[in-house]
Amino acid sequence: MTTSNLHLYILAAPLLGAFAVNLLGRLSRRWVAPLTLGVLGYATIAALVVLARVLRDGTISYTIGNWRPPFGIELVIDPLGALMLLLISAVALTATFSSLTSIERELPGREHLFFTMYLLLIAGLTGLALTGDAFNLYVLLEITSITTYGLIAMGRGRAPLASFNYIIMGSIGACFYLLGVGYLYLLTGSLNMADIANILHGLQETAALATAFAFIMVGLWVKMAFFPLHSWLPNAYSLAPSGASVMIAPLMTKVTVFLMIRVMFSIFSPEYEFIQHAGVQSLIVWVAALAIVCASALALAQRDLKRMLTYIIVAEVGYMVGGVWLANSQGMTGAILHIVNDALMTLCLFLAAAAIAYRTGSLGFDSLQGLYRRMPITMAAFTIGAFSMIGVPPTAGFFSKWYLILGGIEANQWGYVAALLFSSLVNAVLFFRIIEIAYFRTGEVGHGHDHGHAAVRVEEAPLMMLAPLVLAALALIAVGFGSGPLVSGVIRLAVPGGF
Amino acid sequence: MQGIIAEIVAKYNYWIYVVLMMIGFYAMIGKRNLVKKLIGLNIFQTAIILFYVSTGVKRGGGIPIVDKHAALTHGIDPATVVNPLPHVLMLTAIVVGVSVTGVALAVLLRVYREYGTLEEDEILEKIGK
Amino acid sequence: MVYAHSFWPLAAVMLPLLATVPIMLSGRSPNLRESWTLLAGGGMFAIVASMLPAVLAGGGFVLTLAEVVPGVPIQLRVDALGMFFALVASFLWIFTSVYSIGYMRALEEHDQTRYFASFAVAIAATIGVAFSANLLTLYLFYEILSLSTYPLVTHEQNAEARASGRKYLTYILGTSIGLVLPAMLIVYHLTGTLDFTHGGILAGKASPGTLSLLLLLFVLGFAKAGVMPFHGWLPAAMVAPTPVSSFLHGVAVVKVGVFSILRVVFDIFGPDLLRSLDLGVALTYFVSITILFASLVALTQDNLKRRLAYSTIGQLSYMILGAGMVSAAGMTGGVLHIAMHAFGKITLFFCAGAIYVASHKKYISEMDGLGRQMPITYVAFFLGSLSIIGMPPLGGFLSKWNLLVGAVQSQQMVLVAVLLGSSLLNAAYFFPIVYRGFFAPAPAGGAASGIREAPLFCLLPLSVTALCSLLLFFYPSVFLQLVQRALFP
Repeated sequence: MTTSNLHLYILAAPLLGAFAVNLLGRLSRRWVAPLTLGVLGYATIAALVVLARVLRDGTISYTIGNWRPPFGIELVIDPLGALMLLLISAVALTATFSSLTSIERELPGREHLFFTMYLLLIAGLTGLALTGDAFNLYVLLEITSITTYGLIAMGRGRAPLASFNYIIMGSIGACFYLLGVGYLYLLTGSLNMADIANILHGLQETAALATAFAFIMVGLWVKMAFFPLHSWLPNAYSLAPSGASVMIAPLMTKVTVFLMIRVMFSIFSPEYEFIQHAGVQSLIVWVAALAIVCASALALAQRDLKRMLTYIIVAEVGYMVGGVWLANSQGMTGAILHIVNDALMTLCLFLAAAAIAYRTGSLGFDSLQGLYRRMPITMAAFTIGAFSMIGVPPTAGFFSKWYLILGGIEANQWGYVAALLFSSLVNAVLFFRIIEIAYFRTGEVGHGHDHGHAAVRVEEAPLMMLAPLVLAALALIAVGFGSGPLVSGVIRLAVPGGF
Repeated sequence: MQGIIAEIVAKYNYWIYVVLMMIGFYAMIGKRNLVKKLIGLNIFQTAIILFYVSTGVKRGGGIPIVDKHAALTHGIDPATVVNPLPHVLMLTAIVVGVSVTGVALAVLLRVYREYGTLEEDEILEKIGK
Repeated sequence: MVYAHSFWPLAAVMLPLLATVPIMLSGRSPNLRESWTLLAGGGMFAIVASMLPAVLAGGGFVLTLAEVVPGVPIQLRVDALGMFFALVASFLWIFTSVYSIGYMRALEEHDQTRYFASFAVAIAATIGVAFSANLLTLYLFYEILSLSTYPLVTHEQNAEARASGRKYLTYILGTSIGLVLPAMLIVYHLTGTLDFTHGGILAGKASPGTLSLLLLLFVLGFAKAGVMPFHGWLPAAMVAPTPVSSFLHGVAVVKVGVFSILRVVFDIFGPDLLRSLDLGVALTYFVSITILFASLVALTQDNLKRRLAYSTIGQLSYMILGAGMVSAAGMTGGVLHIAMHAFGKITLFFCAGAIYVASHKKYISEMDGLGRQMPITYVAFFLGSLSIIGMPPLGGFLSKWNLLVGAVQSQQMVLVAVLLGSSLLNAAYFFPIVYRGFFAPAPAGGAASGIREAPLFCLLPLSVTALCSLLLFFYPSVFLQLVQRALFP
């Protein structure tokens, strides 16, 4: 038990900020930016403090309203949760700089409405990282989902339709989760995660338990777009307004993967999942391998930058699910490290896409020709993000692949290893196609036409969009070099015991 | 055969929920009209809500609203009262369901404004053009 | 082996890397930009040379940058083998820079800033490979080299260059990610470390089958060494400007590939392990195919640079052949050939470029009689080709002689035949060029008359490197000592 309320404030700040933005934003547009940035800045700093505290003192548990568990709702912050808190706040803060600029253009006059939902989404994500109660998880999951539906629907053209499709599929997923929790409640009479784990420990293996697990898993897989339940993601993320996708794409699926880890290790136990049902474990790793391969192949067929990136997200989810289900500590480390790395990589790439869309209005491959002359810094940052996706050291992406492949080798899951290598190669093809078009294909045939060079001015994205992009690219290199301390200092503690 | 029928009859409420869920699921996937899909979603959620509520039922149990004074002096015999926790949880779930429906309807309004129709195949035609 | 902690290895790598910034910023004033390149080159060679005495005395330097994976830090280490390679590379870079400046200006090439900046990153990565203390660091710099040379290969930006660039990346990245990465991880999985240790780290860790597979993965995976069938990128990369071909594909990139394989053979597997599993012999036979085949194809090439490319493919496998012999002379010859071939081949490529600058000719059949108009160039070409063939009094003789002795010592008569046969083939595809240049009548048409020698910026480097090939025969001691220290500490 702890008396400090700091971690609750991390959740409360964006929540209250959302209402403030809505009300004050109606009075004057100029309230929106400082409020949003202020709230998120506070959340980031608080998350940093909480992480330091957790690393020093161990897991924090906090009861809301002083109703003691297992009857009250409990917040549990272990090292993994604290890491997620910091990731969510930092990524959201970085993305917000870019969002503010692009939303000004995409949704003029409605920024306060957009950022209300935006801040509510972040509050929901933060809550997901904090909660220790299974039903509370459902509520927060739906908060994040509903706000996402709304944010996506604010886009143009086909966006509302894509959002509706997402509503249908996402709600099915949430309902499955709810059903699973219902079964658990039937079996144990409790909703508190630690309490359920305790009771399950002494419980006989039953079909009801297996059903509960299956429903919860499938529900979460729909939410994280695990192939073949991914069909909602490409449309939803690529048609959403730039300002929304820069924050949603890096975070939503990764937090859902985190939830899967939570459920698997804080409610159920590794023995149950991996040892008693070893066949299921192998099967899921194979499905993950299939997910990686198919999503990478689908990405090859795309002609639009943002859609290509969304299929890559689906492949990355396959990496993480496979890594968790490898059932060894290397794979688990790789999966958790990949949550961090993928969030940063996706942030970098989507920020670059947003900057390009802001300046050129289109993200089709043909309109990217010669882009490096007009937007050199953006393309440089994009290139670093691309290298990270491919897995080139010393960027961050290489190191999570290291652990994942190592885990696959240790577990003798050669299909998964082959899928990871295949996906790296496909990513190389995908990104070098773009690099070639942007860097080496000028509009004219041949070279040496000086008038072409003199006429092309550097027209970079505005500073508010460029700064977070450069920051994200630098973070990729920094996190890459810092992988050692990150893994040994934080992630090793976050890997659930029993490995 | 006797055994199976006895099973079904004994747990008739669960079977109804399953049927409701399947109806909702079919509506979401099989129907072409977007509003019907939404209604299917609602049916699906309702089935799960009913399932939860039914877990708290006890034979002969009454509604879990008691007189405060009586409860404080004599205590409550759990066998006389239906489990209130699932009810409370489902209130939350209903709220969630209503919010989703609200957002979905708002989205459908936009879709209608954009395409003039709420039939999925007609919309796909318009996009395809 | 006592390694002193020092920042010099990092300084050597960072100097050209940091020079990239002023190079990019001085895009508008070419002379300033070029001077940054030359300064960086000179400075880096100075740093490398300053570490030489300590290494010759038996010591070395080490610097740990970051512990990124448990047991495997990103670490730089200067030992004899690394110093050997770094010395060659940094010395030759100075001349390549001078040559590049002359070449690019003479042809008024576009995008020179990008060119020189990529060049700087590439040489930094090359030195990084030379100074890597473990397989992960080597992999890191290997990838940086691949990526930084891509803009150089695709420099011309026309469809052919873009296609070659794609081919280059497909071969190089595909093999490094698809073959080297899993092999590296398997080694880590088996031993828990990736440090280069004299005598290897894999003894007794896995079955012979696994070890053979690993060796195959590494040899094929380091596709920069041009072992067939992953050699196709080399001829394709000849569309790049000649300074790029000369340095990177004649010296740095391909030598990095061979160096990586040698590091793996010597310091991950270890000669004893190879001998006990007979893998050394298998390796020599495997690369003999490349040697012979490449030499044969070289005979058929009319494009001068492509002929040189196939010659390079063959010569690279000589080095791997030497390592596979696991006899003292064989290994010495193999490693020594890195230096000898570098000096010889760079001379040949410089000459090819000089011919193009002076006469715009790319095909050997057009070059009849050119030697009379460009005598210095052709004499340098003659000296370079003698070194490659392995004739005294050129440096190449020393390495080829050692290889022969090694083959005889290990009683592999097949290898003796391969070595002699391919030397004959080398002569067969080099001598006609020189002969026709000096003695054949000029082709009909007045265009031949106005050709003079190449500009001084081009002429000077090629003369110096040709002379070095000659001098190395008489003064090989520095290199020989380094090689001896590396193989037998």
